[in-house]
Amino acid sequence: MRRQIPVLSRFSFRAVLLIPFFLFSHGLTSFASAGENIKLVEANDSVFAKNGHLGKKTSSFNPGDMIMEHVVDNHEWHILEIGHFELKVPLPVILYYNGKFFIFSSSRFHNGENSYLGFSLPMEGPDKGKITRIAAVPGDPGVYDFSITKTVLAIIISALIMLLVFVSVAKAYTRNRNKAPRGMQSLLEPVILFIRDDIAKSSIGEKKYEKFMPYLLTIFFFILLNNILGLVPIFPGGANVTGNIAVTMVMAVFTFILTTVNGNKHYWVDIVNTPGVPWWLKLPVPLMPVIEIIGIITKPVVLMIRLFANMTAGHIIALGFVSLIFIFGAMNVALGYGVSVVSVAFMIFMNLLELLVAFIQAYVFTLLSALYFGLAMTEPEHH
Amino acid sequence: MTLLAIILQVAANLVPIAKMGAGLGAGIAVIGAGIGIGKIGSSALESIARQPEAVGDIRSNMIIAAALVEGVAFAAIVVCLLILFI
Repeated sequence: MRRQIPVLSRFSFRAVLLIPFFLFSHGLTSFASAGENIKLVEANDSVFAKNGHLGKKTSSFNPGDMIMEHVVDNHEWHILEIGHFELKVPLPVILYYNGKFFIFSSSRFHNGENSYLGFSLPMEGPDKGKITRIAAVPGDPGVYDFSITKTVLAIIISALIMLLVFVSVAKAYTRNRNKAPRGMQSLLEPVILFIRDDIAKSSIGEKKYEKFMPYLLTIFFFILLNNILGLVPIFPGGANVTGNIAVTMVMAVFTFILTTVNGNKHYWVDIVNTPGVPWWLKLPVPLMPVIEIIGIITKPVVLMIRLFANMTAGHIIALGFVSLIFIFGAMNVALGYGVSVVSVAFMIFMNLLELLVAFIQAYVFTLLSALYFGLAMTEPEHH
Repeated sequence: MTLLAIILQVAANLVPIAKMGAGLGAGIAVIGAGIGIGKIGSSALESIARQPEAVGDIRSNMIIAAALVEGVAFAAIVVCLLILFI
């Protein structure tokens, strides 16, 4: 009996080692065959799939989702996350449906899991991120969303900062008449004079530039402040205001309204009857007037797209460099540390470039608006 | 399988080809922007060399022209992003 046991134990020891190998090889073959369409992220997600929504938080890093989350608007302001502790500020939801207003906190939606008062906030699918009525029939009146979202709160914050700064500077000017400017005045005075001389006077002309100065100054400082706040990573910065096409569309619409309202007779005559163009482009088929009218619409549209695309592209690039660190870190911790050195260097460079782009975009928007105003009000030269 | 069936099978899933088209489009748009801004920069440098006292005017005009050219390139980028994500 005693001699048989060592022989048996040697054999069974090796047999025990072989069992996990067979189990894993079965799993590996099924993995390989299931496969051409499996992306890296989905393969990891399947392990946590049974946890459903909660599992999504702890699954592997998905850079596309993270970047989109930081660039688009949101009903809550996600400030920081340390381990399992998350600091989120849920913002108020203001809805107008069927003639009634509904005001409640967005925390009632609990990350899209619950529905409240018949409204829900789906996290996936075609209506992702949009507050909809559950079980909506086709004849249903729509839900109008007037919520204070992250972008709206960031606009309010930057408007308050601008009010604080400029009202105090204006009061300082009336207090210290005939004295040299000091403090905030000396910071803002060269910029305001630059806008007045190089942008307004040179584009609109000496006689009529004054009535456009408030608009041009507001546009310039609003875009500049929001661009710079978008680069700051923590509250109250970090909201992508000027990268939201609705915000830039509103500013472009204002410029369009101001040019159209201030267009003098020569402006409109030049559009319908462009001087120097042969008559057969205008008369039987009015080709030239149609092109000119399309030109009136395209100019503000391009203003809108230029600012939106510049800001969003900059944010996406900076966030892409950050996510590089996490992608490499998921593969191998040492590789993650190595990549982080290069990535941080690139991010510093990108942030400096974004700072320059913030100034340039504010300057170009203001300059083009002033140019359009000037073109709408030109007096014809008398030969 | 007949040729038609093979073609139908290939055409059923053209999404990857659409994404490749979006990537190519963005690349070509950036080539155009690079050439345009390169020409603006080179002519600005030449004119500064000819007349150094006009540096301020030339610099602001160069920045305006560069921003306009980049605006057009960004319109192409926006179209490619729409293809990729919508």
